[in-house]
This record gives sequence, structure tokens and C-alpha cells, in this order.
Amino acid sequence: MKKKRLLADILLIAGVLIAAAIVWLLLPRGGGGAAAVVTVNGEHYASLPLSEDAELLIRSDDGGENLLVISGGKARVTHANCPNGVCVETGAVSSEGQLIVCLPHKVVIEIVG
Amino acid sequence: MAALALVFGYIESLIPTGIQGVKLGLGNLVVLTAMYAISVRGAAAVSAVKIFLGGLLFGSFAGLLYSLAGGAVSFLVMLALKKSGRFGLVGVSAAGGVAHNIAQLAVACAVLGGIKLAYMLPLLLISGLVTGIVVGFAAVPCISLAQRAGKGKK
Repeated sequence: MKKKRLLADILLIAGVLIAAAIVWLLLPRGGGGAAAVVTVNGEHYASLPLSEDAELLIRSDDGGENLLVISGGKARVTHANCPNGVCVETGAVSSEGQLIVCLPHKVVIEIVG
Repeated sequence: MAALALVFGYIESLIPTGIQGVKLGLGNLVVLTAMYAISVRGAAAVSAVKIFLGGLLFGSFAGLLYSLAGGAVSFLVMLALKKSGRFGLVGVSAAGGVAHNIAQLAVACAVLGGIKLAYMLPLLLISGLVTGIVVGFAAVPCISLAQRAGKGKK
């Protein structure tokens, strides 16, 4: 039995777990969010308060579209024409610091306090 | 083996994990098997074909950039750990999974600007770790199978 390697593996895995825990603890975790800030390609596109129901069609390069819907104090992307649809799968976010990201369209929706 | 990697990649894209940005890393299973059963160059070839053809067939140019970053970094990390002789198969695979995700997150930060995306780091670290471990265990029978198939030809 290669015990040395097993030990090294376990230490490696434990190390990664500890690193993940440290990062998680260090990240600022706010309470409820106040607004959804949309950036496209790093540039500010729109800011919507979570307190008002609204819909925003975010248009990005090459005909990219993401439909941001705010209702019940939460933000979600209900429709998008990107290749992978991860943004839609993300579901609803409402806490400060949470993100909905559409990488193909370079859209980032961040909840701020 | 490259064709196998592509098939795995396709199947993988069909399986949702229900979590934003998390994939199963099945393609890595083929690369890892090649690295241990065949040769480093063979594994590098498999990885390259998987990234480029996979990108052409299933993804967009942007997706290709992420695949390339993730694939290249995880390949180098796995190679370094394997060569050091100090880690077992599972450890190498776990490190590959984690490295892959970190590299992709870094590219996303560079493309989108800002490091707010670091918010997703803990989840990506853990998922890379878990999928890497699973792939590592799954690779054991694959490697012995590939080695036996190779010897059968002689």
C-alpha cells in the first residue's frame, strides 16, 4: 500500500477544504440586498431597486439578450439566448454580494446593499 | 481516445448539476487515464483535441478561452504532481479539478473586470475537489483496462 501517497492526497484535499473555508469566511456577507446592479462588459448598464417589481431586457453584443425580472424583492434571469443558460439556472438572488453571471454575454448582475 | 473525450464532454453537457457553473469533469477522466496509461504526450494530445474540437462543436469562442485556460492549467498541475511521485491518483485528479476551476474563475475575472466573482470561489473550489476525487476513483479501472488493452496488442 502506498501509504505516503495516500497521506499526501489526504493532506492536499484537506488543504483545499481549509482554503475554501477561509475564503468563505473572509467574503463579506451582507444581509438583504437593496438593489441589483447590472454591468455589461465591465461597464455599468443599469441599477434596479429590489423593492420595486420590474423587468429589464439586457442587450449585449451580437444580439445577446438576458431578461432580468425583479419581483418579491428578488432578482432572477428568466430568459436568455446565450449558449449555456447558466444565468437562468441560477435562479433568484436577493442577498448582498450574490451574483447572476452570464459569461457568454459578459453580463454581471450584482446585489448591493 | 480523443473521440471518447468528446463523447464524454457531450454527455456531460447534457447532465445538469443544478448549480451555477458546476460541471462533472468527465472529460478529465479520459485525459487522466491517458496520462497514466499511455504517455504524457498522448494525454496532452487528448486534452488539446478535446478542448479545440469540443469548443468548435459545442461552444462559442468565449467558451473556448475558458476551456483552454482550465484545461491547460489543470493539465500542468496534474503533470507536476504526478511527476513529483508524492501523490496518488486521486490526489492528482482532485488537484486537477480544483486547478481547472480556479483558472476558469481567473479568466472570468479578467474578461468581466473586477474580482467580485471571487464570491464564487468557495463553491468552485469544493466542486472542483469533489469532481476531481470522483474522477480519480473512476480512473482506476479505466487505467488498468487501457493498460491491458495496450499490452494485448504486443
